Amino acid sequence: MALQMFMTFGSWNCLLLLVALEYSKASSDVNESENSTAQHAPNAWFAASSSEPDERISVFELDYDYVQIPYEVTLWILLASLAKIGFHLYHRLPGLMPESCLLILVGALVGGIIFGTDHKSPPVMDSSIYFLYLLPPIVLEGGYFMPTRPFFENIGSILWWAVLGALINALGIGLSLYLICQVQAFGLGDVNLLQNLLFGSLISAVDPVAVLAVFEEARVNEQLYMMIFGEALLNDGITVVLYNMLIAFTKMHKFEDIEPVDILAGCARFIIVGVGGVMFGIVFGFISAFITRFTQNISAIEPLIVFMFSYLSYLAAETLYLSGILAITACAVTMKKYVEENVSQTSYTTIKYFMKMLSSVSETLIFIFMGVSTVGKNHEWNWAFICFTLAFCQIWRAISVFALFYVSNQFRTFPFSIKDQCIIFYSGVRGAGSFSLAFLLPLSLFPRKKMFVTATLVVIYFTVFIQGITIGPLVRYLDVKKTNKKESINEELHIRLMDHLKAGIEDVCGHWSHYQVRDKFKKFDHRYLRKILIRENLPKSSIVSLYKKLEMKQAIEMVETGILSSTAFSIPHQAQRIQGIKRLSPEDVESIRDILTCNMYQVRQRTLSYNKYNLKPQTSEKQAKEILIRRQNTLRESMRKGHSLPWGKPAGTKNIRYLSFPYGNPQSAGRDTRAAGISDDDGSNPGSPSITFSAHSRIRSLQKQQAPEIIPMKSLRRGGKTLSFGYQRSTSQEEHMGGSRRVALRPKPPFHAVDEEGESGGESEGEAFAVRSRWTTDREHGRDYHRSHSPLLQRK
Amino acid sequence: MGSRSSHAAVIPDVDSIRRETGFSQASLVRLHHRFQALDRNKKGYLSRMDLQQIGALAVNPLGDRIIESFFPNGSQRVDFPGFVRVLAHFRPVEDEDTDQDPKKPEPLNSRRNKLHYAFQLYDLDRDGKISRHEMLQVLRLMVGVQVTEEQLENIADRTVQEADEDGDGAVSFLEFTKSLEKMDVEQKMSIRILK
Repeated sequence: MALQMFMTFGSWNCLLLLVALEYSKASSDVNESENSTAQHAPNAWFAASSSEPDERISVFELDYDYVQIPYEVTLWILLASLAKIGFHLYHRLPGLMPESCLLILVGALVGGIIFGTDHKSPPVMDSSIYFLYLLPPIVLEGGYFMPTRPFFENIGSILWWAVLGALINALGIGLSLYLICQVQAFGLGDVNLLQNLLFGSLISAVDPVAVLAVFEEARVNEQLYMMIFGEALLNDGITVVLYNMLIAFTKMHKFEDIEPVDILAGCARFIIVGVGGVMFGIVFGFISAFITRFTQNISAIEPLIVFMFSYLSYLAAETLYLSGILAITACAVTMKKYVEENVSQTSYTTIKYFMKMLSSVSETLIFIFMGVSTVGKNHEWNWAFICFTLAFCQIWRAISVFALFYVSNQFRTFPFSIKDQCIIFYSGVRGAGSFSLAFLLPLSLFPRKKMFVTATLVVIYFTVFIQGITIGPLVRYLDVKKTNKKESINEELHIRLMDHLKAGIEDVCGHWSHYQVRDKFKKFDHRYLRKILIRENLPKSSIVSLYKKLEMKQAIEMVETGILSSTAFSIPHQAQRIQGIKRLSPEDVESIRDILTCNMYQVRQRTLSYNKYNLKPQTSEKQAKEILIRRQNTLRESMRKGHSLPWGKPAGTKNIRYLSFPYGNPQSAGRDTRAAGISDDDGSNPGSPSITFSAHSRIRSLQKQQAPEIIPMKSLRRGGKTLSFGYQRSTSQEEHMGGSRRVALRPKPPFHAVDEEGESGGESEGEAFAVRSRWTTDREHGRDYHRSHSPLLQRK
Repeated sequence: MGSRSSHAAVIPDVDSIRRETGFSQASLVRLHHRFQALDRNKKGYLSRMDLQQIGALAVNPLGDRIIESFFPNGSQRVDFPGFVRVLAHFRPVEDEDTDQDPKKPEPLNSRRNKLHYAFQLYDLDRDGKISRHEMLQVLRLMVGVQVTEEQLENIADRTVQEADEDGDGAVSFLEFTKSLEKMDVEQKMSIRILK
């Protein structure tokens, strides 16, 4: 059904495009035959008068040329978006093939249409447009969403692999192709070494992130993930640097004139370009972070600052012939940490979404353009060149992967297994980058440009479709799932328990890294950088009111929909229930098993889930909230009974809720979470996107200190307006959970009362159920920062 | 964070801990560092509250039980050896562990000990058996709210019924082990970084 819808969408739009093109063709034909400045050709539908020059005012006119370029570009983007909608409607499809497949298909379709109607496609892509407008958003997005902690932990391996891998691939492919060209039989004699090297460099630009979505389900370990991500990130930069260098070589010298001095100069230039770009990026990142410190009164321009500074870093670096890509990447990485804290919540969301949108638009346009070039007459098919290109791409990638990882494994604490290396090898999918670089080859220097373009297209199609589609099954196969047969209920339950257990213990262990450098940086960061770059007093009021508003809304919703049934949460009040063992039929067993499978909580993924084309909604949030509510409830019950924790005794209690939480324990609440300056984010930062919680609760402090001062409250029925003032945490929710009683709440706002350590942020102290989930991609600092941005509980 | 030292000499009784848990020197150093990081007030031991500060544990359905497992016998503090002892259960099993001489006590990360650790997460009253009630409690922790109580009870019944062999309505440790004999417990309950 979904596919049909998709096809319908697609075909409607094609129809629209076709119609538009026909009319444009008609009008442009007509236009050519007249003085175009004077007249517009009348609309064919209205069969109006003349094609002769006429002084009448025509009632209906059509001027397609005026809008042609933006119109068609918009139509393309829209078409691609509709295709994506269709793609995601059928939920299994994203797991089968990467989204690049889809974009390429759409591009080919558009190309086919344009070709079929003999329409002259608008000049969307030339060198300046690509490098100035289309490429920066893609790179910015990659840099911004990169998880910094794992990146810097593995930076040695990543640099080693990305830089050397790109170089080896480029040079290897180039040289091997040169050797092939020497063979007379293939008719490639006029392709010299430099051209081959250039081709090698552009064809080795991989885009492995595109396939990450495909094998996301298989638990790719974090290191592997980072290698792939890091490679994608740096790869673009390196290949573009190489490309530009080699173009410069081609322009300046003929092959025979190149001396060793030039080559050395080339290498030095390579390093300078790279490092210089990074420096630029860092400087701009700091400047923009500094500026966001002052924007609290005009938060609408915050996204603007972020984007403009990143773009500026790119342009500034390009001015000096440094690597703009690396600059913008470094800028994004540097800026992210500080900007995220400074900007308001809405700006933060805006930045994220806008970034995704821009990069998605850019990439769509590039792929469409690729499709347009595919279906066309400007190809040169040379069997030998193309086949050998394909072969060498794979061979050299394999060589570089296995050789480089073999070496780096000697120095790593946790070496990469062969399985990991196979995955890395196989994820060498080419993307839009290679095509762009091939397309932008100057024809004057490359008389056989068409052949290069054709070869590039073939490689891209091959890798994206064949490798992209088969990598999923390959990864799953390599994971070696033991049994396909259904496990018994016991096993399922225990397996899930063990997964949770393992995740929990991993959190206790925290992240291990090379402490020295990281800690030094952290100290430096805390002492100097944060003071300069982070806002002084983050406004409490807006966050507090937001939190209040959310709580109230949540509570109201929960009441209205009657979601939280008391049964799910109540402590069992039937301690023992003697019953005969029921004999369950197989269908019952099946259904039980299904219930279990579908409803058990997912294990928290430590490895981040990055999707290039989408910002995934966080489904784990709901689960986390449920768990926290439940925990809250349990602790409260236990406290009421006077135990520290509900172990050791079966709970035979009645289902009465008492409300407690005297306000008077500032010191304990202070001890809870806000350990200033302790940079222990390890435990609380499982990686992005993760929920950073401050699960501080007064309960804990109460446990420790005294017998809880339980204040049984009268149950009053109050309307929703009770909830509007300073009611703290989820007490209201729990009442509604109990269903039986509502408890009056003291309207004293707890927020400002207990703010000992003066730490900024609207941390409502002592909020026992402070589910403040802020989608931070990474929080390197030790504060459990949270903005009360918890989306509403969405229940079925 | 105070003076951070990666020197093993800072850890008291490091040799006996090593023998008991089987961790390498480097791992112990890292664990000590982590212990110190968790110990916010530099008390020298960890309390429940320190462990509860780990945000990610708060959203783990078994978070409380995991924390509780660090405090055996109702104590309120866990010192470094105790901390490491629990984590030792999750050390990956290596080949050289398997041929120990029979006189030595079983290493903490043997299959049996791993299973015993997991068993204790179920068996709160430490009577050596998982009663139906305890199973139900665990189920409740691990399942979303949309499952009704009746369904949960059915599941609990079925789970106990499947594993229970001697018909006493509870799952003993042996029965628990038996029901998981096909499962690769060593791999499930091993954390790569704890070598």
